[in-house]
Amino acid sequence: MSEQFRICPRSGLALHKPAETLIKANAVAAVVFLLVGGALGLLVALTRWPAVQLLGPDTFYQALTGHGVVTLLVWIIFFEVALLYFCSAVLLRCRLATPKIGWVAFLLMMVGAAITAVAILQGGSSVMFTSYVPMPAAPHFYLGLILFAVGALLACFIFLGTLVIAKEEKTYEGSLPLVTYGALTAAIIAIFTIATGAVILIPTFLWSIGYISEIDPLMYRVIWWGMGHSSQQINVAAMVAVWYAIAALVFGAKPLSEKVSRGAFLLYILFICIASAHHLLVDPGLGTEWKIFNTSYAMYLAVLASMIHGLTVPGAVEVAQREKGLDKGLFEWLRKAPWGNPVFSGMFISLVGFGFLGGISGVVMGAEQINFLIHNTIYVPGHFHGTVAVGTTLAFMAVTYWLVPVLFRRELVLPKLAQWQPYLFGIGTSLSAFFMMGAGTVGVSRRHWDMGFAGSAFEWEYSGVAYTMMALNGVSAVIAVIGGAAFVVVIVGSILFGKKIQEPSEYQATQPSPLVRPQETGGHGNVGAAGIVAPGTFVLALVLLVVFVVYYFINYGYLATVWHFS
Amino acid sequence: MSALQPPAQRIWWNEPVHRAELMWIGIALVWCLIMFFMMPFWHVFGNQNYSGEAYRTTPEQFSAKVEEMVDQYTVRRETARNFPVVAPPAGSDVYLLARLWDWYPILELKKGETYRLNISSMDWQHGLSIQPININSQVLPGYQKVLTITPTEAGEYALVCNEYCGILHHAMLGKIYVTE
Repeated sequence: MSEQFRICPRSGLALHKPAETLIKANAVAAVVFLLVGGALGLLVALTRWPAVQLLGPDTFYQALTGHGVVTLLVWIIFFEVALLYFCSAVLLRCRLATPKIGWVAFLLMMVGAAITAVAILQGGSSVMFTSYVPMPAAPHFYLGLILFAVGALLACFIFLGTLVIAKEEKTYEGSLPLVTYGALTAAIIAIFTIATGAVILIPTFLWSIGYISEIDPLMYRVIWWGMGHSSQQINVAAMVAVWYAIAALVFGAKPLSEKVSRGAFLLYILFICIASAHHLLVDPGLGTEWKIFNTSYAMYLAVLASMIHGLTVPGAVEVAQREKGLDKGLFEWLRKAPWGNPVFSGMFISLVGFGFLGGISGVVMGAEQINFLIHNTIYVPGHFHGTVAVGTTLAFMAVTYWLVPVLFRRELVLPKLAQWQPYLFGIGTSLSAFFMMGAGTVGVSRRHWDMGFAGSAFEWEYSGVAYTMMALNGVSAVIAVIGGAAFVVVIVGSILFGKKIQEPSEYQATQPSPLVRPQETGGHGNVGAAGIVAPGTFVLALVLLVVFVVYYFINYGYLATVWHFS
Repeated sequence: MSALQPPAQRIWWNEPVHRAELMWIGIALVWCLIMFFMMPFWHVFGNQNYSGEAYRTTPEQFSAKVEEMVDQYTVRRETARNFPVVAPPAGSDVYLLARLWDWYPILELKKGETYRLNISSMDWQHGLSIQPININSQVLPGYQKVLTITPTEAGEYALVCNEYCGILHHAMLGKIYVTE
């Protein structure tokens, strides 16, 4: 082993060469797929803008299937693989386990994504991301997804293997850093998610080639959502890990307390999978008790986890700021935060958007009876654009601004554009999510080419509000796509044309020094007020709670006024 | 950069917890429990629930039931395609069939009366979305779902399909009349 590690002159991180190359490859693939997925999203949004209705029905459903698969799966998982390698090998100053298998994983994911893409482009697989049976897709639609998942699974095992090596070779002191612990949470969820996916996608593939005669549609939904919902929780765990990382990178923030943050990650692992039941609340054939227990994540214990992170991440930032002297009033720490730094602004918009838009809406529509008002309306994509686009995607964009100089040793180009990008993307996507939720509240259907029902024997006219909301969604989506394009321009531009960083950083054969733990500091000093170290964050959390409670009961209040059914 | 460093104590479980965190966990947990108990509460005291009543069926069995009802209770025909409008007696089993790309037949119900609405699909998955009250439900082939309904207001209601079901999904509409 010669010339394996270099030390990043700015961050002090140790980069194992094979790990670095794999992280770059996966991250670049992710950004390319984000570009594709974003372009497809624009086509979808412009078609659903009633005055524009860009595509015809066949290409619309094709684009919508592609948008779902590419953004929800391909972009995000490629980026998460990069994050897993980063959080293990780089953060722990360790060599990556089996880099060759890392390339096999990369290749499988690429080939799998390409096969599914071909199936969608051929037109016979416009079955949406969920591919509900018995509507058939071409066999290679499922095959591509399976290969992609096998690649992702290999990457998870490489991550675990690297943790074992780091422990064995004592590259770090004591316990795992919190960010790596968060990544471990994501990897564990990913493994049981992919296992669940195999249970349903492999038989569905066999059904599509005629080897199995029938797949029960309800069974498909139960198991498919065991994958479909859990996969979104990989994103949540990875996103929260990125939040903590950014708080540490930008502010030197340390977690309020390790026990609470780690306990919250553990709750994700324990209670996430069963919550997939909230996709099945209005399905026939499932019992009420089953629905209530499972949809509530066993009494909302995973929701509790997100509410905890929602306090502890900004709370850690607040304490770090107060300790630097920004200790006046409730919000000086926030007012004087580096709003011009896209790493911070992206993270903070992601945090607020995830909580207020994605989080509240997700829990409210997951209440068994409220689901009657929401199921399969465009409220649902409104909700998950709040979680996955504003939340996860923006958090990943933010950390990318920090990663590019570290990995590619180049400065960012167009710093002004980078400064504005999180606002463009964050606000555009948030508004889009908000207007979709509004349109869903007044009944507009999701996955629907024409809210005017052209060619039907019947007539039905949605309210003017519904049409306005869908138009505003179109406008917001355009803003979001401009923001997304700005991200791609800055990142690709920086990688290709950024000014080379001159500080020397040569690969050396010596093992880097181990990662040490900080000295006991004895808590967080004397900041804050009324015995609360982060009073500003606490007030913000209470605001979130009030909005949450009011909105929840408004929905039950409306429900009480409609037809009775049982 | 502490979240990127190992915790100060190897056994991080022993580190103290902040008061703000404990207070928030307490508040959030109470809210989580309220939300949890709200669901069974509504089953007992609310009027909008689905009991979960459902049966296995086949397209043949179910469409036979639909035709039986149509033969017995059709009061008139509507639309260019001559859809039957069916007015079954209050309290009876009413059948609504989802297929590519129709809701069949048109139902005429009485306000304040209760019906056992049986729903199933002949082919792919569909979504029953009753507008403008915006009540939504999943319809699966092979499953006969029984929703006991009591319309509380007279008027014309549209049935939109809100589960993607192919190229003419957007044209899949139906109708329920509720009369005084």
